[in-house]
Amino acid sequence: MTLAEVLLSCMFVGLVAYGLFAGADFGAGIWDLLAGGTRRGARQRQLIEHTIAPVWEANHVWLIFVLVVLWTAFSGAFAAIVTTLYIPLTLAAFGMIARGAAFAFRKSITTLPMRRFLGAAFALSSLVTPYFLGSVVGAVASGRVPPGIAAGDVLTSWLNPTSALGGVLAVLVCAYLAAVFLGADARREGADDLAEQFRTRALGTAAATGALGIAGLFVLRADAPLLFDGLTGRGLPLVVLSVVAGLVALVFLWRRRFLPARAASALAVTAILLGWAAAQYPYVLLPELTIEEAARGRATLVAMLVALAVGALVLVPALAYLYALFQRSPGGEVREGPTSAPGPRAGAT
Amino acid sequence: MDPIVLADAAENLYPARMQMALSLGWHIVFACFGIAFPLITVVSEWLGHRRGDGTLTDLAHTWAKAMGVLFAAGAVSGTLLSFEMGILWPGLMDRFGEVFGFPFVLEGFAFFIEAIFVGVYLFGWNRLSPRAHMLSAVPMIVSGMAGAFFVVAANAWMNNPTGFRLDADGRVVDAQPWAAMFGPSTWPQVVHMLLAAYMVTGFTVASVYAVGMLRGRRDRRHRAGLLVPLAFAAALTPVQIGVGDWIANTVADNQPVKLAAMEAQYETTAGAPLSLGGIYQDDELRWALEIPNGLSLLIHHDPDGVVPGLEEVPPDERPPVNVVHLAYNAMVGLGSALLLLAVVSGWTWWRRRDIPRTPWFLRAVAVSGIAAIVAMEAGWVTTEVGRQPWIVHGLLRTADAVSPASGLYLGLYGVVAVYAVLTVLTAIVLRRLARSPDTPAPQEADAGTPDRAAGEVAVR
Repeated sequence: MTLAEVLLSCMFVGLVAYGLFAGADFGAGIWDLLAGGTRRGARQRQLIEHTIAPVWEANHVWLIFVLVVLWTAFSGAFAAIVTTLYIPLTLAAFGMIARGAAFAFRKSITTLPMRRFLGAAFALSSLVTPYFLGSVVGAVASGRVPPGIAAGDVLTSWLNPTSALGGVLAVLVCAYLAAVFLGADARREGADDLAEQFRTRALGTAAATGALGIAGLFVLRADAPLLFDGLTGRGLPLVVLSVVAGLVALVFLWRRRFLPARAASALAVTAILLGWAAAQYPYVLLPELTIEEAARGRATLVAMLVALAVGALVLVPALAYLYALFQRSPGGEVREGPTSAPGPRAGAT
Repeated sequence: MDPIVLADAAENLYPARMQMALSLGWHIVFACFGIAFPLITVVSEWLGHRRGDGTLTDLAHTWAKAMGVLFAAGAVSGTLLSFEMGILWPGLMDRFGEVFGFPFVLEGFAFFIEAIFVGVYLFGWNRLSPRAHMLSAVPMIVSGMAGAFFVVAANAWMNNPTGFRLDADGRVVDAQPWAAMFGPSTWPQVVHMLLAAYMVTGFTVASVYAVGMLRGRRDRRHRAGLLVPLAFAAALTPVQIGVGDWIANTVADNQPVKLAAMEAQYETTAGAPLSLGGIYQDDELRWALEIPNGLSLLIHHDPDGVVPGLEEVPPDERPPVNVVHLAYNAMVGLGSALLLLAVVSGWTWWRRRDIPRTPWFLRAVAVSGIAAIVAMEAGWVTTEVGRQPWIVHGLLRTADAVSPASGLYLGLYGVVAVYAVLTVLTAIVLRRLARSPDTPAPQEADAGTPDRAAGEVAVR
């Protein structure tokens, strides 16, 4: 592996982490959207809020990480991608703002119309943001981003069959991941009926994702032959792994074993993302710009690798501590102290 | 490039600059709280534990929640910025990303750590022992300040690009990202910004309680809520004035045209005056108040020192003088007013261990937060507009860095709309938090299982 490949792999680790953590996060928002009326959906929304509140910011920093690695180590490719695809990226950024702000603020607000407005903003942006990001992936993977600043078509680069496939697939995968994660959380919290609901939804979205995946192969063969060749060639083992992991996850879900289902689902998503990377190798921008051509100066790459290694040493324990703290302290065990009197909860009354 | 594309770039330049200015100007206020609020909050918590004073720990808890809200707003606006760096200024990122992009990678880690520990700090309230809880704040404080260092270092690089060579075609060779991070402007700019963050946070938080006291709420909570943040801001304001001198000298050495624009001085002059106010027209500053030899004294510490004027460079290399000059004057004027407030507070505290008992003092504190924010924004306008027409000083023009993508200018309308809504929401939430401190912060998980929560909802 060359230095540039190592760095791009690190970036891809960030991308996979974003896909898994933020993906589940977006998906939770989608289920929030579909939870039903204010009263009927209240318990689901409580679970969703309870599950993602402490970690939502951390989940989304992965994207920043992907962006900064790209713009420092692969500056030209970064400039090409973001200028050609500025419309879906700007819309995705607006979606992230709407989503983050609405989610952050809605629990601090009690008036019903305001809460409804924020809830709608949170849920809707959870639906459209992964669509736009998926369409960006579709644009890059189908070779619609040529090198050069704004060199591609700013509309057809992301309004095309492969991008549409990428967008819808992203939404479905987010919803699926969230259903599995939320099912496990509901089980841990002892809300078995909610766990059942999310199990049904996970099975449903899994079926939809699988069906779309099969249909997608025909879309790719017609619309993105290079990507299709890559996925059925070099990327095939990973695609197969993804399918197998997905099926295993279904079996676990069927048997109501949420935790192994969670792991298998994460593996399925990771494998398909890696499959995309393998299919595209050695190009950053199909069909012209290779990784080596796109990589910048050696001193920069070395500095970044050092920073990533040291950063990971600091970050991983911190992140582990955060997740451990939340997983092992369910809300019920509040230590009584002088200021621990629970205030009026901003409930969905 | 074909002419249509070039026309688009020209059309995009002004809206792109406005979009960036709005996004940055909005984000920077929240970034200030991300930098300075953790320490102020933890000091209050620590004082509370040490003196067994529940008022102070309660106050710290409220501030921690406000910090959570402000941090959330800062985080989402920061995400947009990282997109905009490439979407709006691809010429900058494409050509120089490998030189000055590196601090942003480190900032990514710093922000990640801060996000994690803001979550731990809020969630850990009453769940961790006081000692463990205050220790969990240390990474939050350190990473907040480190993040500021990295972002400002990247900006300082745009003012004083170092750490690379250009080949005959103007392409970057031999990029040295570590050297680029420590150019001549980095330390003065970073220290100036860190102090500004403490001033903005300290004065703003104090002003909230000053307003409460003016409305008759003179309890211990309001007194402490005013005193603790004001102590930080007042102690650091005199330091900031000194750092101002340091940074002005750095600008004089490295960006003489920016300094000339700050002083609206056309002719290269020995014994240059310090000009306050006025309007710059036809290469001349009119109606300004002049302090003879003031500028030469400040810059060279010699009343007859020579200060280069705008005439040294051709007109198309000069920044918009009035904006820079007036923004600079606004910053210095407001900074001086805040210094006066700091001196009065410090004097009374030293003599009587109390705040001045006149309502004028409370009124002054009540507006000090806005004043500090305006001064900080004016400072950024000075440095950013003062660098124009360059995006990388002396090397790359802003007009050559902007994206030529068609329709890009529409993004400005979107950003204006999004930030208008976001501003209103943040204000509503903070007001609510000020009125009823029990309001949860965004990072706090609801205590309780869905069942119990649903039960409570039903009861209501």
